[in-house]
This record gives sequence, structure tokens and C-alpha cells, in this order.
Amino acid sequence: MNQLFHIVVCASVVPDPLQTLEPVTGANGPSLKNEMMLPAILDPWAAHALYEGANLARQIAGSKLWLVSLAPKAKLQQVMMTAAQKVPLQLVAVDGPCGGFVDAHQTAALLAAAIRKIPELDFSRLLLFGGWESASRSAGVTLQLIGEELGIVDQFQGVDAIKPQDDGSFEVLERIEGARHQVSVCTGPPAVLGWATGSLGEPRNDPQVGMANMRSIMPALQRATAGTIAPDGLQYSNVAAPKQQRQTQIVKDKPADEIAREIVQWITQE
Amino acid sequence: MDTILFLAHTEADGTLGKAALEALGAAVELKQPINGTLVAAIFGAQAKAAADFIASCGAQRFLTVEGDEFSQPRYATDAAACEALIRAAGATIVIAAATSRTSRVLAGVAHRVQGCVDTHVTSIAAVSGTITVTRWFYRQRIEGSLTRSHRPWILLLDPGAHAAWQGAAGSATTETVEVPLPDALRRTTVRSVVTPPADQQTIRPDANLLFVAGAGWTKKQKDGQTHVPEAETIILDFLRNSKASLGGSKSLVDLSGENQAALPFMGHLNQVGQTGASPRHPKGLSTCCHGEEPHTVGWRFIAERRAINLDPNCGWARGKADVLYVADAFEVMTKVNELLAAK
Ligand SMILES: Cc1cc2nc3c(=O)[nH]c(=O)nc-3n(C[C@H](O)[C@H](O)[C@H](O)COP(=O)(O)OP(=O)(O)OC[C@H]3O[C@@H](n4cnc5c(N)ncnc54)[C@H](O)[C@@H]3O)c2cc1C
Repeated sequence: MNQLFHIVVCASVVPDPLQTLEPVTGANGPSLKNEMMLPAILDPWAAHALYEGANLARQIAGSKLWLVSLAPKAKLQQVMMTAAQKVPLQLVAVDGPCGGFVDAHQTAALLAAAIRKIPELDFSRLLLFGGWESASRSAGVTLQLIGEELGIVDQFQGVDAIKPQDDGSFEVLERIEGARHQVSVCTGPPAVLGWATGSLGEPRNDPQVGMANMRSIMPALQRATAGTIAPDGLQYSNVAAPKQQRQTQIVKDKPADEIAREIVQWITQE
Repeated sequence: MDTILFLAHTEADGTLGKAALEALGAAVELKQPINGTLVAAIFGAQAKAAADFIASCGAQRFLTVEGDEFSQPRYATDAAACEALIRAAGATIVIAAATSRTSRVLAGVAHRVQGCVDTHVTSIAAVSGTITVTRWFYRQRIEGSLTRSHRPWILLLDPGAHAAWQGAAGSATTETVEVPLPDALRRTTVRSVVTPPADQQTIRPDANLLFVAGAGWTKKQKDGQTHVPEAETIILDFLRNSKASLGGSKSLVDLSGENQAALPFMGHLNQVGQTGASPRHPKGLSTCCHGEEPHTVGWRFIAERRAINLDPNCGWARGKADVLYVADAFEVMTKVNELLAAK
């Protein structure tokens, strides 16, 4: 028989990727221009982790799922309006800075502390999920750091699948070089899984799920403890969005033959 | 004075990969401007042979962790090996290549040695004696340099970001570092590696050209019909003829995943962009893809860019490509295939 899992998904909020991002430098180091005004979304790879986690929890009776998020409370609340309509979850919120220039080590320490405080969480059943890289720091380090803080030595990154086995173990597929997957088997939880895309599409918004979630999400947001992050020896310089503009040559009304010849010449020249 | 540790794992065949030699190149280059010492540490199968291969790199010590248990890329044993090597070296700066194997463990290792870590580093330099690294933020949108006073500082250098070390092989005097292996570190077993069948092996990191297919290949064309089987033939013929690596837009990859009438060889690993890959190739050709920002951020490391799109106002026209051909990709790529086949 499969054994139940206690799945904790760590996910933060990031600016909608359709937005133009411009860095500004203030007294506390770099941040984004109008950061609080930018529309935000749930961090995409972490969102995949959430959908995969919810799917796993649904399949294995008795499993539970928490979403743990460190973000400015107001931003998190805004993102939760949609994220909460996707899958059933319990939110644990930490009110604090998130973003590309916020140090991952302290972020991880705050998240680990929040996870430790979840009253019903059984660490021997814990699967710590999240995105393998965020859309902000894109570093792929936070989950590892939380895992170590919690003493978890079975960790996987770039995960595209988890398959629980009847003996309580599970198989994991991780992305590795050359478009390949490494297949591992772990005897059981606790483990850390940093998700890539997985295999599930984005669930449709379900207002009923949203309403049920909101009953616990609003109190969780009110309860959110404040976390602070100091620079701690980290100093940035030359933070800039480099000019990406190229002088695009637009070729119109050229016969396909000629374009093809030009392309072949271009791709075959050294 | 800083002790720079070059840290690498061997490949399955006991050699050092290209990315590792690039990291070694960066470590060797950093030594002189910061007046540091260099130590090399290698873990995995046949670590001693790999140390011999880099014997002339100027390292003062060569440390190894060997044994069957360290040949598989597994977090628990790799983290234990890296931790032991960093401690044995007394490293203050650790430079490793950002392979999937090191990327899986080195942040965890930083935590164990009370150090700090930066990943996806694209350059390491000594600016007035201060080590400064450069990396991208917000998925290749913002570039920044940073320094840290905290030590040890672990740096994972992205593949392709530095010239590979070159030098003569020799006989390195290695010190074997013993790593205790309690059962708790053996809960995970690496079983196998799944490789796509040769005819579906469309991702070629070393290719000269990235060929991106967008959702347009599956959309209704000027005759009001879709032409997915033709698209499939054209794309596969092109990949065969050009040896290009295949990328896809999210829209196309998602369609394929949902089993709609789409391209069966197009998977999530092909996706380029915000939630996909940012591959490095000298050239890139985009076809039937609109060139929206969440896609084109994945083109950051593509030097020369051309696109074929019916729409003269698509994203590529707005400074994202060097050349935009406003044309039908079905027609153009069919001709391209004819020309390539005749070569
Ligand atoms: C959180 C988030 C993350 C995202 N991540 C990514 C990502 O990683 N990668 C990514 O690609 N996108 C990503 N997107 C989606 C992105 O915004 C676009 O929706 C997507 O890139 C569009 O794909 P497309 O250009 O292939 O399709 P479409 O927008 O449908 O464009 C199709 C194009 O094909 C052209 N066309 C049609 N027929 C022909 C023909 N015969 N010849 C020439 N041209 C033709 C059309 O003119 C059109 O420009 C993300 C979006 C979000 C919100």
C-alpha cells in the first residue's frame, strides 16, 4: 500500500513575465522599479510543483498539502485570488521581501522556520516541493538550503515526475544534460523535490475550490509573521537591464526561393 | 589569502567534462590577481585519472573522493563528498561547473560548511583585488555583479561562460579523502538514465544552430486548413539536414503535451524561454513563433538571430532578431530543405 505524504510546497510570487522589468538601486540595494505596482503571479515552476503536489495528495488518501510562501502580504493576497482557485491547499504565509536581489540563504532560513511551526506536519512523511529555479533569482538554491536546515539528505532537482511505489518508496525523474532524465528510487520521505514542468497542465480556475481555500487563506494572511532579511555581506554593483534592442532588418516581398538561399548561406557559413 | 578550490566530478567514463575544464580555466585565472592558492578536488569514478589529466594546472594539492558509492549522481553521497573536500582543502572560494550534478548539491553543501553560494555565474573577476561575479536575474532580463564578504563562497559557473583550461596531463600526487557512509546516505539509488530514442534526439547542445518552432506550425494556414503532418516532415527533414538543435515555444510544447494534433517529438525539454531553457548557440532561427518576451528571454545566449513569420509586426520585428523574413515558413523551409539536401 502507498503511504500518505505530507507535502509542503514552497512558492513565492514573481512579476508577470509580460511586464518590462527595470532595476533601481536604493539604500537597501537593488530592486525593481515600481515593484509593488507590478502585477504578480505565482512563480511558474513552483506553481507546477503545487499542481503536482495537489495531484499526489489527491491520489493518496490521508495526504495533506500546505503552500508556504514568503512574500509581501499584500502581493501574496492578490496572487492568492487566482492561485487559490486551482487546487485545495492550506496557506502558511510569511510577510517579508521576495525578489531577485533578496538573499536566498536568509529566505531559506525564514521558510524553514515557518515549516517547522506547522502543527500537524509529520516530518517523517514530508515531501518538500518547490520550483527548481525561481523566475526571480533563478538560482535553484532555496529548496536545497531549506532541506539542509531541516536535515533532509534525499534531494532531487529538475523533477518531471514522481511515482509512488507500493512498498512506500518512490521513483523520481530528474532532468539532466542532453535532454535526458535520471531515474532514481528513494526508500521514502522525507525528501526534497525541486520541480521543473512536470506533466500536468495548469488546472482550470474552480471558484468552489477558491471559496473553500479562502476561508483558511484570509486568516493565514492575517497571522503571517513578519520576516526581515539583511544584506549580510552581499553587495551588488552594475545592476542593469542591458539593451536588448537589435536593429532588425525586416525583409518583405522577397520570393521564398531567395530567402531560402540566404538562410542556407547564413547557417552554413562559419 | 584565499584558497581557491576547483571542485569537479568525473563523467561516467572517468573523464572531466568540458564544463568542468571551463570552471578550472576560471579558477586558474583567478589565482594570480587575488594572490591565492589553488587546490583541485575531484569526486566520482576514476577521480585519480582525472586528477592526472589536469596535473599541470598549478594546483598545490589534488584531493579525491573515490569509490562505487560516489560514482552515482546522488544528493546524499555527493553532498557528503563535496563537504569533506571543501573542509579538507580549507577552501574559502570554491569554483565548480554548473552541471546538473553539482547544481543538485552545492547549495546544500554551502549550508553545511556555513558558507554561501551563487549559481549561474557567467563571469568571475578580481576587481581591485575583490572577487566579483556576474549573473543574470529575472531569467536573463537583468544582469548584475555582486561580491560577498562571507566565506567559504561557492560559485557555480555556467557552461560556455569561460574558455576551457588546456594543459598537459601528468601524474598528480593525490590525497584520498575518506567519507563515512552511514546507511542514511544510501536511501536513494540511481537506477538509470532515460535517453530519447536516436530519431527523437532533437536537443543538441553543441549544435551551431538553434531551430525554434512555434505554435504557428499547427495553426490554420492561408487555405483555411491545418497542415501538421507537413510541418512534422519539414521540421524533421530540416533537423536531419542541418544538425540543428530543436527548440519550441511554450504554446507549441503545451499543445504537444495535451495530445492535440501537434508535433509528437516536441516535449517540455525543448521549450525555450521564461519557463524553459536558455541554450547557448552561435545562431538561432525562429519559425512560426511570435517572439513574445517570455519566449525571447530564452534567446539571451543566442548570438545571431533570424526569424520567419507572416506577421511583420511580430515580436521579432521589434529589435529581437537581426533579420525578420516576412514570409510563409512552410514555403521557405521546404526550399531550405531542398537546398540542404542537394549539398
Ligand atoms: C508565466 C508565463 C511563462 C511563459 N513561459 C514561456 C516560455 O518559457 N517559452 C515560451 O515560448 N513562451 C512562454 N510563455 C508564453 C508566451 O507569452 C507566448 O504565449 C508564447 O511564446 C506564444 O507562442 P508562439 O509564438 O509559438 O504562438 P503564437 O503566439 O500563437 O504565435 C504563432 C505565430 O506563428 C506565426 N505563423 C503562423 N503561420 C505561419 C506561417 N505559415 N509562416 C510563418 N509564420 C506563421 C503567426 O504569425 C504567429 O506570430 C509564458 C507565458 C507566461 C504567462
